[in-house]
Amino acid sequence: MGSILHDFTGSIDPYLLQILVNIGIAIILALGLNVITGLTGQLSLGHAAFMSVGAFASALLTIKTGLPFSLNLLVAGSFTALVGMLIGYPILRLTGDYLAICTLGFAEIVKVIFLNLDVTNKALGLTVPPAKTVIPMPIFVWIWAIIAIIAVTFVQNSRFGRALKAIREDEIAAESMGINLTRYKLNSFALGTFLAGIGGALYAHFLGYINPSDFGFLKSVDILSMVVLGGLGSVPGAVIGASVLAAAPEFLRFMSQYRMLVYGALLVFLMVFRPNGLLGGVNFVDFVLRKLGKKPYLSLRNGQEGE
Amino acid sequence: MALLELNDVTIRFGGLTAVDKVNLEVEEGTILALIGPNGAGKSTMFNLVTGIYAPTEGKITFKGESIGGGEPYRIAAKGIGRTFQNIRLFSPLSVLENVLIGAHTRGTAGLPGAICKYFPWVRREEGELHEWAIQCLKQVDLVHRAYEPASSLPYGEQRRLEIARALAIKPHLLLLDEPAAGMNPQEKMSLMQMIRGIRATGLTVFLVEHDMKFVMGLSDRIAVLDYGVKIADGTPLEVRNNERVIEAYLGKGAVH
Amino acid sequence: MLLQQLINGIALGSTYALIALGYTMVYGIITLINFAHGEIFMVGAFVGLLAVSVLKLNIFLAMIVAMVACMVIGVVIELIAYRPLRKSSRLSALISAIGVSIFLSSLALMVFGADAKAFPSTAFPVRQIKIGEAEISSLQLLIIGISALLMLGLEFIVKKTKIGKAMRATSEDYNTAALMGINVNRVISFTFALGSALAAAGGVLVGVLFNAVSFNMGLMAGLKAFAAAVLGGIGSIPGAMLGGLMLGVTEVLGVAAGFSSYRDAIAFAILVLVLLVKPTGLLGRKIQKKV
Repeated sequence: MGSILHDFTGSIDPYLLQILVNIGIAIILALGLNVITGLTGQLSLGHAAFMSVGAFASALLTIKTGLPFSLNLLVAGSFTALVGMLIGYPILRLTGDYLAICTLGFAEIVKVIFLNLDVTNKALGLTVPPAKTVIPMPIFVWIWAIIAIIAVTFVQNSRFGRALKAIREDEIAAESMGINLTRYKLNSFALGTFLAGIGGALYAHFLGYINPSDFGFLKSVDILSMVVLGGLGSVPGAVIGASVLAAAPEFLRFMSQYRMLVYGALLVFLMVFRPNGLLGGVNFVDFVLRKLGKKPYLSLRNGQEGE
Repeated sequence: MALLELNDVTIRFGGLTAVDKVNLEVEEGTILALIGPNGAGKSTMFNLVTGIYAPTEGKITFKGESIGGGEPYRIAAKGIGRTFQNIRLFSPLSVLENVLIGAHTRGTAGLPGAICKYFPWVRREEGELHEWAIQCLKQVDLVHRAYEPASSLPYGEQRRLEIARALAIKPHLLLLDEPAAGMNPQEKMSLMQMIRGIRATGLTVFLVEHDMKFVMGLSDRIAVLDYGVKIADGTPLEVRNNERVIEAYLGKGAVH
Repeated sequence: MLLQQLINGIALGSTYALIALGYTMVYGIITLINFAHGEIFMVGAFVGLLAVSVLKLNIFLAMIVAMVACMVIGVVIELIAYRPLRKSSRLSALISAIGVSIFLSSLALMVFGADAKAFPSTAFPVRQIKIGEAEISSLQLLIIGISALLMLGLEFIVKKTKIGKAMRATSEDYNTAALMGINVNRVISFTFALGSALAAAGGVLVGVLFNAVSFNMGLMAGLKAFAAAVLGGIGSIPGAMLGGLMLGVTEVLGVAAGFSSYRDAIAFAILVLVLLVKPTGLLGRKIQKKV
């Protein structure tokens, strides 16, 4: 089975393969941030730091233990979620602006710690041996990307997801509905950072080399731009935003020095003129269902009443 | 024992005493209205009951349990639903979703439940929540708007939606903060009917309002607050004829 | 020893204070953390550098040029990136601010390259003055002196002028101020101008102090200044000054104690601690939420 898949991925042009993998990883990262910032409304400017936690945890697991990759991923992701909850617990009670700065602060602290730990090889970075897996990496990445898409879509339309959206819209009203703000913010953080950790672990093993400096503020802004471009809170939006911005550097290689310039201007432009991004504000699933002539997702059971 | 009891409840903000040693009882199954001139402390009272503010002194008891200073989400879960003076709907979400959020405490599925969306027990709970939400929308006659974004509703319907959302908690006590504000006479009439209907299902209603006709016609009892102090408490007839009240409030050209 | 570290700390802290003032004033008035404020500091440093090396101005004139330039930039930023979002969610405004910050630092990277630039050595002759067992350089004196002067100037504007009164009124209660006939937009622009001017001055002074101006100096300095503003109590002008000084001293002492590789993390640690323990900071006031 493994060899069939290897033949498949081997037949794809390696350059294209690399872009596809980058997109896949970006989707996972963007969806994680989308849960925290898009659904729950908590601006996290340190998402890349959690990515780095997952990356280093996973790399060290491969180097020091021989854990098969699927397990490795789950452990790295869960560890990242744990770190996320530990960091989140004290700071999630802060309001928006302070929370954002605090996430940035913690991200910097994490970076500084990694730059100074022996086990992560300090500033030299870590070379990551190939993952122990039968399935080729690109397929692995995309399996997880699809898992992430499905999971976050499910969350969106669940009791849990509704609570998150309520918190995003109006915390006081949400509280009055019996929603424990801290608990839900923490859980959303856990899910979001879990995905960040998975993304980081995949990134580490695909690239083969990780350095703490790669996971700084600019990387966090990268991911934020994907979510904002696609539309905060929208799953297809995050997917499209991630795809566009992960692929763009390749196609826009000639203007690579302008990249961050464009991102910066893009963020301002989007906020002022189209805060919902490309797809935000549109419930994609409902839209598609309506086009197919069916009732929207939040449909009444047993056809009790029509629209 | 009354459903809700306030004993010598006081709250001070810096140098200002917004509510001063207020004693109040809300009997089960009745409609109590809290009236008073602007700034008398009425919304503050609501915020004290729902836990947004903690009383500086005094006790607040609900169903025999002390709730003063408790966390708002815990108090809500005990069975107190509320609406807000300035509408606080979840605007971009649909009408149905708003009510579903109100029904939050009637479910248990968390993050694991969200991921396991198609598992039987999750589907069953979601189905029950949806049915219950529709029931609440029926009570305020908004089922036909279920999928529209809350922000697209006209003002009067938004107020009704807030009520439906509060009802979704299946509360024992419903706090309505100026539910008739900005409504025209017909809307107020049907709102009065609606609230009577709510009482008929066994709920207790505690409301704040400015419209005298509305209050007099609807309430079983009325309490009057002026500068944070309760100056009267009785049946509509008693309050209407109370000199202190007339002096403080009714006598100043109120609508009859 | 201690006195020397204190002197170093106060000099460094004065620059933080200058930047922190801009944060605190803007936050006090429109409750927005101007994420791009740190970049204004950076732009100021570059303008000062250009003024000295290209226009051959002396350091004081260069600072004034930088201050004026940044006043304009600050006002323009407010107009383009924040004013349209005044009625929107805080998240939008914050993201927009981040966008401006990224834009400015990338622009600087493009225009000036990645290396740190130094001031020409004739910019400011440095002499060491002995105080007891410590030394204070004339540069440090200059920094402390100018910072103190600027802060006094700010106090004067805020407390004794008509526009200062308008600023205080608007920061107390935005809506009421507008109803009282205060041109709120003008007040806000003015606040941005003031804050930016101070940040620019800070930029020039820091540029000369460390003799290095680079495109990425804005982010770190901005975050540290923000930490200082929070420490002193966001919204409080004396608080920003106090916080800046305290942060500078703590950082210098921390490095002397052997934590030099964690130097930058010190500010963040302070920030996080303050927000968790006493979010209103040392001199800030509690804001009661209205429901």
